[in-house]
Amino acid sequence: MKISEMKELLCAEILCGEELENSEVNYGFGSDLMSDVLAYVNGRTVLLTGLINTQVIRTAEMADLTAIIFVRGKKPEQDLINLAMENNIVLMLTKDTMYTASGKLYSSGLQGIQIDC
Amino acid sequence: MDVIQYNFNVEKDDFDRAGEASSNIKKILRQLGIDAAIIRRIAIATYEAEINIVIHSLGGEIDLEVDPGCIKITAKDRGPGIANIDLAMQEGYSTASDKVREMGFGAGMGLPNMKKCSDKFEVKSELGIGTAITMIMFI
Repeated sequence: MKISEMKELLCAEILCGEELENSEVNYGFGSDLMSDVLAYVNGRTVLLTGLINTQVIRTAEMADLTAIIFVRGKKPEQDLINLAMENNIVLMLTKDTMYTASGKLYSSGLQGIQIDC
Repeated sequence: MDVIQYNFNVEKDDFDRAGEASSNIKKILRQLGIDAAIIRRIAIATYEAEINIVIHSLGGEIDLEVDPGCIKITAKDRGPGIANIDLAMQEGYSTASDKVREMGFGAGMGLPNMKKCSDKFEVKSELGIGTAITMIMFI
């Protein structure tokens, strides 16, 4: 799914990385646990989260995430946005809750990752 | 290729800068032209180790060594040490504070994830002295 399509589905504001609007992500992952992101996520993924600290960007940087969507309208500080820009990570902001945002993306065809238990 | 070595300091409780060492290591490896999938594993394992130093220790350092056949990451800290390494290696076991959990960590996944990302993994710890983690990834 394209960044631009996610933006439309979630009535999202792009905080940075607008020039990457046509980039594709293959999977979605929703979590406030960065430990889980680091343990399970693998590339070309969009992270939906309610956390807005610097470590979210660092986690995305290490795990090669394509984009982050901040849910329920929580806007991060500018230094966090700057760090995302340095690392070519798209940041988006939606007023939807994590559940609603995830549901909209999933029902429009964005798959979750597979975890072997 | 010669052996390349770098050293990074990691301060305790410095959550604003936590991740800088791992970020620098990732950039160095990218400049060296290391395979992206290997870089990702190293970056994740190093970041987990760096976060652990920030949240659990009195401070420490991370060493990067790039040899012709492998990359070695050593994360050493001064601090309380790990009382029971077997327990600490279990997924879900954590002694992290609520503050750390609110930041999205402390889920007890750090050490198991470092091991998963490494080809060779070793953790040594002495109570009241500190912990040293060595991770080797073949390239």
